Amino acid sequence: MITTAPVEVEAPKNYINAEYGLKSWLLTQDHKRIAVLYLISITFFFLIGGIFATLIRLELATPAADLVESNTYNKLFTMHGIIMIFLFLVPSIPATLGNFLIPLMIGAKDLAFPRINLLSWYIYILGGIMTLYVMVTGGVDTGWTFYTPLSSTYSNGYVIATACAIFVAGFSSILTGLNFVVTIHRMRAPGMTWFRLPLFVWAHYATSLLQILGTPVLAVTLLLLGLERGLHIGIFDPALGGDPVLFQHLFWFYSHPAVYIMILPAMGVISEVISTFCRRAPMGYTFIAFSSVAIAVFGFLVWGHHLFVSSQSVYAGMVFSVLSYLVAIPSAIKVFNWTATMYKGSVLLSTPMLYALGFIGLFTIGGLTGLFLAAMGMDVHLTDTYFVVAHFHYIMVGGAILGYLAGLHFWWPKITGRMYSEAWSRISAVIVFVGFNLTFFPQFVLGYLGMPRRYHVYPPEFQIYNVLSSAGASVLGIGLLLPFVYLAFSLKYGALAGSNPWGATGLEWQTDSPPTTENFAITPVVTAEAYDYAAGQGAKTVVVA
Amino acid sequence: MSDHIVPVRVYWSVFITLLVMTVVTTSIAYIDLGPFNLLVAMTIAVFKATLVVLFFMHIKYSTNLTKAIVISGFVFLLVMVFFTMCDLLTRNITAPGR
Repeated sequence: MITTAPVEVEAPKNYINAEYGLKSWLLTQDHKRIAVLYLISITFFFLIGGIFATLIRLELATPAADLVESNTYNKLFTMHGIIMIFLFLVPSIPATLGNFLIPLMIGAKDLAFPRINLLSWYIYILGGIMTLYVMVTGGVDTGWTFYTPLSSTYSNGYVIATACAIFVAGFSSILTGLNFVVTIHRMRAPGMTWFRLPLFVWAHYATSLLQILGTPVLAVTLLLLGLERGLHIGIFDPALGGDPVLFQHLFWFYSHPAVYIMILPAMGVISEVISTFCRRAPMGYTFIAFSSVAIAVFGFLVWGHHLFVSSQSVYAGMVFSVLSYLVAIPSAIKVFNWTATMYKGSVLLSTPMLYALGFIGLFTIGGLTGLFLAAMGMDVHLTDTYFVVAHFHYIMVGGAILGYLAGLHFWWPKITGRMYSEAWSRISAVIVFVGFNLTFFPQFVLGYLGMPRRYHVYPPEFQIYNVLSSAGASVLGIGLLLPFVYLAFSLKYGALAGSNPWGATGLEWQTDSPPTTENFAITPVVTAEAYDYAAGQGAKTVVVA
Repeated sequence: MSDHIVPVRVYWSVFITLLVMTVVTTSIAYIDLGPFNLLVAMTIAVFKATLVVLFFMHIKYSTNLTKAIVISGFVFLLVMVFFTMCDLLTRNITAPGR
């Protein structure tokens, strides 16, 4: 009898199993591994920010101060804002999906500066640790906006330590943007012309410009704040010869474009998802591409609409109001083009598409209510009310987070090589949509009726809307926790994805799932336009030696 | 990255010029020039910054694309200053008839 030893079939090498051990991850220069490091880190901070949100909504379920006292409440909403904006939303899509996908989408082996890419993650972690230090040692109570003179003179919180944390984390954002700009300019595969770039790449290009040009201004502003608070150098305090409105100018010069840093990458995701699940090229590719750049440029010219009631000149206010209306045009171009893409397309309601549809609806509401706030007369009534809170959550949660979830579900098979439960993920998407609207729509009404933001004690007649909002937050929380379960489950038990489970175009779908460390076995040469669904396949590649 | 090799004496010249201009800045701070205080200080600072950008950052020898990126940074700085001054300089103007 002849016996043969069992033949061990070795799993094909990819970026995950290329090397093992903690060191191989912590010292990696592979953009895909760094993206995964970012994914884990921002998820951690999302959970921390979520805990603060839970405490806020619990406190607001009743009109009295039942759970926390005023000072603690001030710290809760401040830490919620700081963590969610600087440590989750700003890096969310660019640092994870952008990092993972941009080289794949343009046919490159890595980003232009792999070491700087890893450095950006370490800087982000340093900023995150500093924020956690502030959190556990006493927190800060100024709101994420750090308005003077509260932050410079009166606050008893850890203002300078928090400013340092954000200062540091900002450099991570700058380095990511720098890496993307150079990569997109210099490392495109042969044949990958600017107008064959996926719209996701265009959106990230525009975002990178904002990160590079805007973030240093925030760093300088926080430095000036630290100088005034620590060394009493008169910059914002009138008693020392300063101007408190100057702080708001400088702060919003970054922080308004920061909204576009959060939303533009999400728009890039939505363009990819809608095109894939409608089986056709996006309507008006060039318009969508240039509208990203237009949003980035206009986004820098509108910051004064945050200052309408701050003693800013009425005439400057008029200019900022008109310019703010102008941003609606490129935003509307995108929304109309997405809906036109769906018209008569073969729409497939997979999970990423459900999130994309949610994005369109919620972003539209968020954008249109922004026009209310850009109108100077209306804004006087609505400033610092829950209307503003609802508005920016429709943009940041309804827009940016739904875009992030759409992207995460869309590219999860590429990142992990596994499929997740379609049934559970659809249920989760619907729960998120319902929970989100139940949480934030009542806040529009609350704000219109006059409930100010950042107060935890309120008149009893507002309780019904706050109870609705808190109930919605618990539904939203369940919807956001479900992906942790089924995505984690898919890592071990999910079906193998194959290289192109959605039948999408684009170079990232023409390599293995998960991709190898080098991304492509051979350098791809692009010979077709982007989104060439009519030809039955995507960007064609030919072998080069 | 530019391949241009800059002679060491250029770096020394720029360095010494920067030191001299720092001394000038400090000295002028002791002289009250009235409304020109800010103008003079800013002019010297801009001159020094330009030297650093052109020579120490090699922009003088870089491609036009790199130059365009650098210039765009300054354009955005001007945008920030322009709109902030729009506020500051018109704050005390009241509407006609009020």
